[in-house]
Amino acid sequence: MPAIQIPTQKWSGKVREVTLGATAADGGTRAKTVTVGGATTLPFLHFDGETPHAPVVAIEIQDRYPEDWSPILLEVWGDAAKDPASWAKAAEEKGADLIYLKFALNDDLSGDYARKIVRQVLDATGLPLIVFGPGQVEQDNDILVSVAEEGEGERLVLGVCEEKNYRTIVAAALAHGHLVDARTAMDVNLGKQLNILISDMGLPLDRIVMDPTTGALGYGMEYGYSVMERLRLAALQGDGMTQLPMLVTPGEETWRAKEARTDEGVPESWGDWTERAINWEVLTTSTLLESGADIVVLRHPESLKRVKGMINALMSH
Amino acid sequence: MALSGLQIYKLLPGSSKNPEVKKHANCKECGFPTCLAFAMKLGQKQAKLSQCPHVEEESKSRLEASAAPPIRLITLSADGHKATAGNETVIFRHEKTFYHQASLFVKVKDNQADAADVAAAVGAYTVDYVGMDLTLDGIAIEDAGGDFAATVKAVKEASSFPIILLTDDPVKAEAGLKAAAGTTPLLSAATPDNWEAMAKLAKQYKAPLTVRAADGDLNALVELAEKVKGAGVEDIVLDPGVRDYSSSLAVFTQLRRLALKKNERKVGYPIIAFAGDDPMLAGQHIAKYGGFVVLDSFSPGTAYPLLVLRANIFTDPQKPIQVQPGIYEINKPQPDAPMMITTNFSITYFSVANELESSGLPGWLLVADAEGMSVLTAWAAGKLDAERIAKGVNTFGIADKLSHRRLILPGHVAVLMGELEEELPDWEIKVGPREAVDLPNYLKTQWG
Ligand code: B12
Ligand code: SF4
Repeated sequence: MPAIQIPTQKWSGKVREVTLGATAADGGTRAKTVTVGGATTLPFLHFDGETPHAPVVAIEIQDRYPEDWSPILLEVWGDAAKDPASWAKAAEEKGADLIYLKFALNDDLSGDYARKIVRQVLDATGLPLIVFGPGQVEQDNDILVSVAEEGEGERLVLGVCEEKNYRTIVAAALAHGHLVDARTAMDVNLGKQLNILISDMGLPLDRIVMDPTTGALGYGMEYGYSVMERLRLAALQGDGMTQLPMLVTPGEETWRAKEARTDEGVPESWGDWTERAINWEVLTTSTLLESGADIVVLRHPESLKRVKGMINALMSH
Repeated sequence: MALSGLQIYKLLPGSSKNPEVKKHANCKECGFPTCLAFAMKLGQKQAKLSQCPHVEEESKSRLEASAAPPIRLITLSADGHKATAGNETVIFRHEKTFYHQASLFVKVKDNQADAADVAAAVGAYTVDYVGMDLTLDGIAIEDAGGDFAATVKAVKEASSFPIILLTDDPVKAEAGLKAAAGTTPLLSAATPDNWEAMAKLAKQYKAPLTVRAADGDLNALVELAEKVKGAGVEDIVLDPGVRDYSSSLAVFTQLRRLALKKNERKVGYPIIAFAGDDPMLAGQHIAKYGGFVVLDSFSPGTAYPLLVLRANIFTDPQKPIQVQPGIYEINKPQPDAPMMITTNFSITYFSVANELESSGLPGWLLVADAEGMSVLTAWAAGKLDAERIAKGVNTFGIADKLSHRRLILPGHVAVLMGELEEELPDWEIKVGPREAVDLPNYLKTQWG
């Protein structure tokens, strides 16, 4: 009987390597840098091609105590969550690869305030840093420009950079040696288009991470899953404007969902609250990793541990 | 792989070398003017092969084989419950859709005192997700040195779910098959050592049979599958013997590609996957080509997210799940109860409706026709604007049911307030919270 041939798939394209953070040697102060991308295969198919860098996990911290977060999260982070510096340190101790600092929507946000917080976080941890504004164009522009100045040379990732506001943020990234998070709403062509607009301004492609947005499990996750699969296929087929590593925020999406947020008035069939909530976060995340995510932003330390374990298992071969 | 019309024509009487057959060429008995016309219709699946009475035996078997799905559909059954796997046609869900949801089984051992209780709990478990009742699919019983037949019997009595018999011992297998009489269980597994006996049992008891090779060796797997098939078993399930994340992703992907891209019939069967106690590994098997997925234990806090994951992955990507636009009455609303606007995307509608229902507060929900999109997506796509909402309010005749003229907009589309005030001058427009979880509290404090 003729032997079965393993059906391998060779691709012409390759995901670009992108490095986050800079050590003293490169003009920053980080203890280490993180490089993602470089794959010549769909996620974790080592028989098809190379995956030189494992996906990485960032932990989300906020500039002020997030009163409205699920009690499960507030309890597990405890007092650390009351101060961004100690929160960043706690996240580093729990094994995060990166810190993702998100500024909550607030009337008294200012450039100076943001500068101060970013400085505290940079001083508290040696990990590379991702900084997101509240997601409102005006405030984002205001604070991210100051953040870019304050973090000069650190190769921060600034987000979100959307079609509406990419100019200001890209200019700030260009001037101060940073990267941007290019977010579009779950659409292959919109994603490509924004990358083109950004690189037309002169920001090199290896300073862009692509953020196709995602929904939580049960709340639109499958759309993100398929868009990421299509983006990665396009990248491997040689489409240069999709050959960027992808960042998604399953933590934020999960903990907005009722399943994770609360245990009040929920059906008995939903089971134990903590078990369900963590499963919600890790399953949203693991599914997105299988469809091409390179950087995932999580909220719960137990999820961090489990997702790191899964990534390690998938990287071994 | 399906044959083209021309390829089919080469197998019909019109192309035959046998004069006895050839003489029927274009006889029209099939209902088509020529053999070629019939071949074209067959290629488009608009005719049945049985319509031509003159096809040669050999051609017939080739045509039937080509019409068979590239991954055989396997069905396990018990008292009205079915678990199916196979019959998939694409590698990625966006290429078309995944058709047969991975079946989720929970494992019990035959030396486990509470096996029947677990089976009963698994069988009774059901959870509502956007109006669908999601359930698990079956129980796998593992031979761990206890009384296998007795456990099978107890499990069968405790739940009405299909069964997988996990044993390599033909003697126990037969006892298990007898105890499972009246159902179609999966016999798991035939190995290089026991396959003859197992194949015989599978045939005799009409049960699908798993073939298991070691460590992802696909050649050994195919060899075994062919032997079992040669012994008369057609319903086969593959266990390539891998259990970890990395190898199962690799091997399952290879099997899917072989079946669909290489048209390799010898592996054209669904896969059984073992996820142990790891929900993320089970999640991988659901998305990446597991047909029957076996979990080591049952717990609602894990079953619920896995069932939702499965529902998501197996949703047709071309059709968002929707509810009918219209007026929905929650908790028997009176004319003075609040009136709220939402969209007809199922996930959106049920987020709001479930929140209201469980709070016990009565309300009228006006579900606008937003072509099955979420609030923000619909707004961004221009499918939820002041005009559409006003149209819904007017055509569904909601005003007649109310003693007031106040409506609540989803917080995410607060921007529509001004325009809506113009479209509906008699109405007072209020802006609700952004997330449905906060709706009951909003109604209690802001609706007086
Ligand atoms: C899945 C998704 C899609 C899917 C569509 C899913 C669907 N059937 O609707 C796809 C990929 C097709 C899609 C397309 C687009 N999308 Co889209 N999409 C999402 C995503 C990820 C999740 C949406 C979702 O399902 N949420 C879950 C449901 C349950 O939420 P919801 O309907 O809002 O309901 C909640 C609340 O509003 C509230 N609620 C609902 N009703 C009511 C009523 C009352 C009275 C109250 C008080 C509360 C309330 O309760 C619910 C639970 O809390 C969001 C981003 C995100 N993570 O939120 C972007 C998002 C909505 N999309 C966006 C955009 C721009 C688009 C596109 C226009 C872009 C494009 N890709 O071309 C298209 C438009 C569609 C088209 N032209 O065909 C933007 C909207 C930006 C904005 N603020 O305007 C978002 C926010 C992404 C982003 N950050 O840019 N999208
Ligand atoms: S029945 Fe149709 S296909 Fe068959 S021989 Fe006659 S014309 Fe040809």
